[in-house]
Amino acid sequence: MFEQHIGKCSNKVKNIVESGAVKKFAEAIGDPHPIFIDEETGKKSRYQRNIAPPTFPRVFDFGVIAGLNLPKKGLIHGEQVFHYVRPLIVGEEIFCWLKVEDYVEKMGKSGKMGFLVLKGFGEDPTGEIIFTSKQTIIITEAVRKEMIV
Amino acid sequence: MNSLSDLQEGKSLQVIQLKPVSRLDLIKYAGASGDYNPIHTIDEEARKAGLPGIIAHGMWTMGNLAKLFTPYYHEGFVKDYSVRFIGKVFLNDVITLKATLKEKFDQQYRFDVAAVNQHDSEVVKGEVIFSKY
Repeated sequence: MFEQHIGKCSNKVKNIVESGAVKKFAEAIGDPHPIFIDEETGKKSRYQRNIAPPTFPRVFDFGVIAGLNLPKKGLIHGEQVFHYVRPLIVGEEIFCWLKVEDYVEKMGKSGKMGFLVLKGFGEDPTGEIIFTSKQTIIITEAVRKEMIV
Repeated sequence: MNSLSDLQEGKSLQVIQLKPVSRLDLIKYAGASGDYNPIHTIDEEARKAGLPGIIAHGMWTMGNLAKLFTPYYHEGFVKDYSVRFIGKVFLNDVITLKATLKEKFDQQYRFDVAAVNQHDSEVVKGEVIFSKY
């Protein structure tokens, strides 16, 4: 039921790797390492700034894919991938967007399971891609039926 | 161990055992990540979704797992990080984080990584490629 969205992209959204957000995030994953939160440690590092943890893009706004209405409840996060050219640097601007990479349905124990793959992109202001992400969302038959009703 | 260069293929990083998962952990992650799906914080919503109780965000566990590599930030960075969420994490579960070096090639260190619960079941499983500077 999502096949017609394959290939669609969201609008690009400007995000800032904000120091307060990085600190809060690092603490929430139990990793308040000085490289993420201590300015001095950041200054002495090769990037001369603090960096963000690899799963930090969870915080970013990736825009909206027109027409793709996902159910609010019952989605299962199946897989997650991040690929980096370099770490995200605190203070920098990253432009993010999403693409519907794939959608397939497979027969499972509890009916037909839908697998939606969303690819995320983050580029710097010069247009260089700094990271990509890939999220596989599992949508069960029960959840899909609720959407149609 | 101070440097990843000293780590031999087949050897593991020092494991980290997390404190039992608390509701506050998940409330904090919800706030920090912006993921307010109530099955992670509100019992009634979790039960409505057919769960025995609230479960951790998969991304909370994935985020925790990455901290095995943070101490080596001056040597390189996590270039590739991929996981599958294979088990649910419930309140009071005790999660252990593991990483084993599988191979080194061209300054790329490939690790198998996993988060395992107190019943020795893997809840998150995947791979990290740590790229050395």
